[in-house]
Amino acid sequence: MIINAIVIILCLLGLLLFTGGTAGLLRLPDVYTRLHMAGKLDTLGTLSLLLGLGLYFWNSESHNILVLLKLLLLWGFVSFTSPTATHAMVDAGMRAGLNPWMKPDRKRRAS
Amino acid sequence: MESLILYTGVFLTCIMLLSLYRAVVGPTGLDRIMGMNAIGSKTVVLIVVIGLVFGRLDMFVDIALSYAMLNFIAVLAASRYLHKKGYHTVPTPKGGSSHDH
Repeated sequence: MIINAIVIILCLLGLLLFTGGTAGLLRLPDVYTRLHMAGKLDTLGTLSLLLGLGLYFWNSESHNILVLLKLLLLWGFVSFTSPTATHAMVDAGMRAGLNPWMKPDRKRRAS
Repeated sequence: MESLILYTGVFLTCIMLLSLYRAVVGPTGLDRIMGMNAIGSKTVVLIVVIGLVFGRLDMFVDIALSYAMLNFIAVLAASRYLHKKGYHTVPTPKGGSSHDH
């Protein structure tokens, strides 16, 4: 019963974070701001949803310790590689010479 | 609880369709790479959800693990290509330089 409540809270939290990440992906003005939004919120949403789904699987009748270990491995792998991929994209954009967005008055003062 | 898992998968599919907009009409190449990375990180969760719906998580968790690795390698290779290619600053006839996105 209490495990079901935790599963529901984790799944809804993950979906909320994914919704926020997608809203930022669609509405923010620049590549770097969008990457900031997508990198953080997608990482935390994936981790939260995987934790909730793993808890649901562990609570069900057909639970298997090997599958649970693989889910834990996937959790650790995503928590390493998703920030690394975001950093690789930002680094490639900066080195390729893509300028970050500024507020219009600040850009006018700088040039 | 089964309907919660099912609707989680449906909601994830709608979110992925919204992310596809950024991957299709992104102004720069980095936008497209980022959109595909966002879709891939949601696909990993969606594969686990599909495994729970079908009751065969022992098979689908392997697919999710390999898809996560494939997504990571694809993003690294694409950003490496973008870094090598560069956004060249072409000189304009007036002597200044403009960024060609």
